[in-house]
Amino acid sequence: MSDAPSEAPPDVPDDLRYASSHEWARLEDGVVTVGVTDFAQQALGDVVFVELPELDSQVQSGVEAGVVESVKAASDIYSPVSGTVVAVNETLEDAPESVNEDPYGDGWFFKVEPDDPEELDELLDADGYTETCESEDGDH
Amino acid sequence: MTTQGSARTPLYDAHVAAGARLTLFAGYSMPLHYGSQLAEHRLVRVGAGMFDVSHMAVTDLAGDGARDFLARVMSNDPHKARPGRAVYTMLLNESGGVVDDVIVYGRDNGYRVVSNAATREKVRAWFDRHAASFQVALRERRDLALLAVQGPQALEIFAATQGVDVAALAPFTSLEHAGSLYARTGYTGEDGLEVILPGEQAVQLWDRLRAAGVSPAGLAARDTLRVEAGLMLYGQDMDDATTPLESALGWTVAWDPPSRAFLGREALARQRAAKAARVLKGIVLTAKRIMRPGCVVQTGAGEGEITSGIFSPTLGFSIGFARIPRNAAGDCRVVIRGKPLPGRIVKLPFVRRGKQVFE
Repeated sequence: MSDAPSEAPPDVPDDLRYASSHEWARLEDGVVTVGVTDFAQQALGDVVFVELPELDSQVQSGVEAGVVESVKAASDIYSPVSGTVVAVNETLEDAPESVNEDPYGDGWFFKVEPDDPEELDELLDADGYTETCESEDGDH
Repeated sequence: MTTQGSARTPLYDAHVAAGARLTLFAGYSMPLHYGSQLAEHRLVRVGAGMFDVSHMAVTDLAGDGARDFLARVMSNDPHKARPGRAVYTMLLNESGGVVDDVIVYGRDNGYRVVSNAATREKVRAWFDRHAASFQVALRERRDLALLAVQGPQALEIFAATQGVDVAALAPFTSLEHAGSLYARTGYTGEDGLEVILPGEQAVQLWDRLRAAGVSPAGLAARDTLRVEAGLMLYGQDMDDATTPLESALGWTVAWDPPSRAFLGREALARQRAAKAARVLKGIVLTAKRIMRPGCVVQTGAGEGEITSGIFSPTLGFSIGFARIPRNAAGDCRVVIRGKPLPGRIVKLPFVRRGKQVFE
């Protein structure tokens, strides 16, 4: 990735949990919503296709659950938790740009009913994830 | 990657001020995009965008032997490079491989050659070697800036802003005025201009065009625009080891008169007679994925490889070029991350003046 002196630092909301592979997880009413972070969408550039898991399929934490294809590269999406897919964001089919424009809102990918909600505790908090991003930025 | 310590064009500060994400390209810190390469691409297709291409190499040729020198080194017809005319040509090595692709601008007192940034040193050495037998003086012009202003509104906006009558220029012609060269050429498949001007005037021109509604566009959009337009990129679609006949560039070779002994002619003539085993064709992907350079292409006549592959912002699916067996046609498969996905071999270009042109 190139240096970007004029780019705003990535947004890392305090109320979410994060995987070091740049997915975020939000637990609400026993269901975990998953998407990719602002850091990830900046690194990907314009997103043009998103391949999502099947509804009712099983996903495993740390295992590929989908693919996001941007103008720059294709990247796997990993589920941050294991469980059953209870919803997928079908609007991304026609509006993949939501991933760039609103990564923590309209740009969500899928929702998982977790096998074990405590698995979320193993994910990074906002501070931990910010550190991950900073060390990755330094690598480039 | 860092862009520290890299060369900068006169427009570097203007790029940073416009929010550019910078990338290192041929030793230069250049704008990749200014936020969204898709938006920049679309603006060039419907309005007007501008690209700083000052990293490209400009070489002026003077002297009584300049035309004979060009007749020796260019594949295309040197007579097309009359004063006020521009001609796209290959420079070939003795094996018929492509040393570089360039535009030669004919001028009242000589010629101007614009070649690629990545090949600057190689082309300079190659020019020097072959110029030794001719009465020609070569002068590299690092004092000049290059700005490509492209899009259906480019000529109109430019003429109104700069007071230069560029709208009267026919395609592939140029005019010179007050130290600047204005040519109706480009690398996007849209109408537009390429301006070669004194480096110290670049910021003023940039600011004026921006104020008049021309959007900055980066190298990423330049790449997707040129692939849609079926235009090759040196080092990716052709190189020292591939010939114009293997790169859908046979039209840049002027075989007449048969007496013109341009570099690479003999090797190329042999390949022409035997017919090249592999040629470059267009590929469209039906699947919702993106072809990238290096992807394997499986055809009924054998395998080939993607040389350029992008998401086409105009068409909404992936397109690219592939070097494949000469007889390959119709359906094919492109292997993307291990999966063979359905595609189709088509005639180039994909898009002209904003519209799909292949069947």
